[in-house]
Amino acid sequence: MLRPPAGGVIARRQRTRRVVQPRPGRAILRLSHDRLSTGAGLDPLNFFSQARAFIVIGKGGVGKTTLSGVIANLAARQGLRALVVQLGAPDARLQPETACLARLFGRSEVLDYEALVLVTGPERGVVTARALRPDIALMEYLHLHGMRRLSRRLVTSGALDVVATAVPGMPDMLVLGKLKQLEKAAAAGLPDAPDIIVLDAPAAGHAIRFLQSPRGLLDAAGGGAVHAQAEEVVQMLTDPARCQVILVTTPDETPVSETVETAQLLEDKVGVKLCAVVVNGRLPVLSLPLASSPAELCEVALAAGALLSEEEAESLVVAGQLRRQRQEAQEAQVARLTSELPLPQLELPFCFSAELGPEQLEVLTDALEQAIAGWAPVVP
Amino acid sequence: MGSGGPMSQAAQVVTAEVVVCVGPGGVGKTTTAAALALRGARAGKRACVVTIDPARRLADALGISGVGNEPHLVGTPADQDPWPGQLWAVMLDAQGTFDYLVNRYATSPAQAGAILANPVYRNISAALSGTQEYMAIEKLYELTESGDFDLIVVDTPPAQHALDFMEAPKHLARLFDNRVFRLVMAPTRVGLRALEIGTQLMLRTISKVAGGQVVADTVQFFTQFEGMEEGFRARAARADELLHSQRTSFALVCSPRRDTIDEALYLASQLSLVGLQASTVVVNRCYPRYRPVSRAAAAALAGTNLAPLLDNLEELRTAGAEEDEQLARVTAALPHASVRRVPFLAREVCDLGALGEVAPYLGA
Repeated sequence: MLRPPAGGVIARRQRTRRVVQPRPGRAILRLSHDRLSTGAGLDPLNFFSQARAFIVIGKGGVGKTTLSGVIANLAARQGLRALVVQLGAPDARLQPETACLARLFGRSEVLDYEALVLVTGPERGVVTARALRPDIALMEYLHLHGMRRLSRRLVTSGALDVVATAVPGMPDMLVLGKLKQLEKAAAAGLPDAPDIIVLDAPAAGHAIRFLQSPRGLLDAAGGGAVHAQAEEVVQMLTDPARCQVILVTTPDETPVSETVETAQLLEDKVGVKLCAVVVNGRLPVLSLPLASSPAELCEVALAAGALLSEEEAESLVVAGQLRRQRQEAQEAQVARLTSELPLPQLELPFCFSAELGPEQLEVLTDALEQAIAGWAPVVP
Repeated sequence: MGSGGPMSQAAQVVTAEVVVCVGPGGVGKTTTAAALALRGARAGKRACVVTIDPARRLADALGISGVGNEPHLVGTPADQDPWPGQLWAVMLDAQGTFDYLVNRYATSPAQAGAILANPVYRNISAALSGTQEYMAIEKLYELTESGDFDLIVVDTPPAQHALDFMEAPKHLARLFDNRVFRLVMAPTRVGLRALEIGTQLMLRTISKVAGGQVVADTVQFFTQFEGMEEGFRARAARADELLHSQRTSFALVCSPRRDTIDEALYLASQLSLVGLQASTVVVNRCYPRYRPVSRAAAAALAGTNLAPLLDNLEELRTAGAEEDEQLARVTAALPHASVRRVPFLAREVCDLGALGEVAPYLGA
């Protein structure tokens, strides 16, 4: 299943040897293949050697953007260059999710088409981020393929707007086309190319339509400059050595159900390889002692040497009940996910914070690294 | 389907109240919309919720799974007191609504048939951004006009799309005002004279980039649409009026986290730009607020087997304090809106019982 990428992670690793201490055997992909099938856990470099483009897909609000940032940050810790790609819109409306990504890295910029460097340093790799826009992507494509005149005509005739936004499926395909170009640059090991690309995809329902768009265009229309591009995008999406999907969900009923459905649709309709499912927002499990009533807790506490008022005891009991209920509900949903979706699961903890910044980013990156170390492939 | 006679219906057409729920994805908009309608039913109203993409279990609970486009009466569950009013639910079928409009405004059955069979129509009606939003407004307009309901609550697509929702009536009009549309239509209006040079150039450019078939299908689609724009335009204008009328209010739905509140406040600012105001903010999944434990007691508990209870309380209190900061931003930005906090419920809100638990938190 796993084919070694031509360039990419391994080729780059040699370049970054100064910052990542090489360990014996680490650079051999065959090893990662063995590990993938025996379930001995992965180190992050092996994880990232599975593909060059990782598409993060999940229901709205489950943490796609956060996870995209965390994945990129983990890659940077390995000395890799990671690029996070989000979807931009031609009308430049404020896009809260792009601000959300920058804030995770302690920055306040809103992403644009030009890459923004979020992480860099002598001891680590690089995280950059950019928001791809279909209209600019189209112009770039035409320029790169010797159709400069055509691209000028697109602008002067006003047709750019029509092609890039109104032709069904076209905007999505153009963004995916740009992703494909970046992925190819990564494969070729071009100097400015990233090692891995993380695409923060649209919310689950839209994601299917998004990834189906190139195939739809192939079926619908013959000819045209972007036809060839659509073909290449389909090739990338269906090649597991180039592109894989990381699903993300919270351990709640509706997101889990929708994730299972989405997974099936992605395999059937898009033909993209599913890499793993990330369970985000898992409450750290506390072993809470059972205290059925505040009065009972007061007694137990007193025996332990703590004097609690009735109100304090009630606070502890009620908060404990909520936590236990939530823990149990999450456990049930994780169990359901395990039985309904045979994919390796990676867990990220819930952060008790209304806002995610650099501190949470590091906590979550640690957690992802740990989860990958415990990688357990699912044998169908 | 309504219970009132013709007289009462006529009276209620004027007073039917409309609530539009907007907000980012994943914050419980659909649930909130359904709970608001349930609240109406409990208050004796004939309430209807229009949902766009409900989670399956909620759709099952409302009895609208696989039932497109027509209001469905939701019965009172056995474990609840009978509602004095009625709860209806509609699952929006954007395609069905669009087809209905084509049938209605086509000048002949042949025209309708040709459009419905055009592959570009299928594409555009399913995929063109804003179509679903526009159709939701169409449905809303239709339900309001029916006089069958006192309260109609509409769920909208997530954040950015919600703006499309407000602009949807204009969106279709814009499509007809589109330069390409006018250029393409020009030859059919002035006879079969040669296309203007500019138009030819544009179409050629488009076909070089996107393929000739796309151009051919699109031209055909717009040509087939001739004569129907006026009907669509007029209806869009009436739907737009409805959104701006006194009886329509907007509920902003979010969760108490920074990112969703950012999005919600942004939506509110966009609403106000088009002269609309969010009268209610519903904040879902709030942690309860707990009293702290005294320092002395905390110190004594640390290290005992009761310590996890203390840790948990601290974590939840931290979460609560952070939520308060975020909620303060909402009240500062929207001083006239009433803010409703809905707590975390023990179970997921995907059946009528749980909706019934949410409903009391949504009003004074």
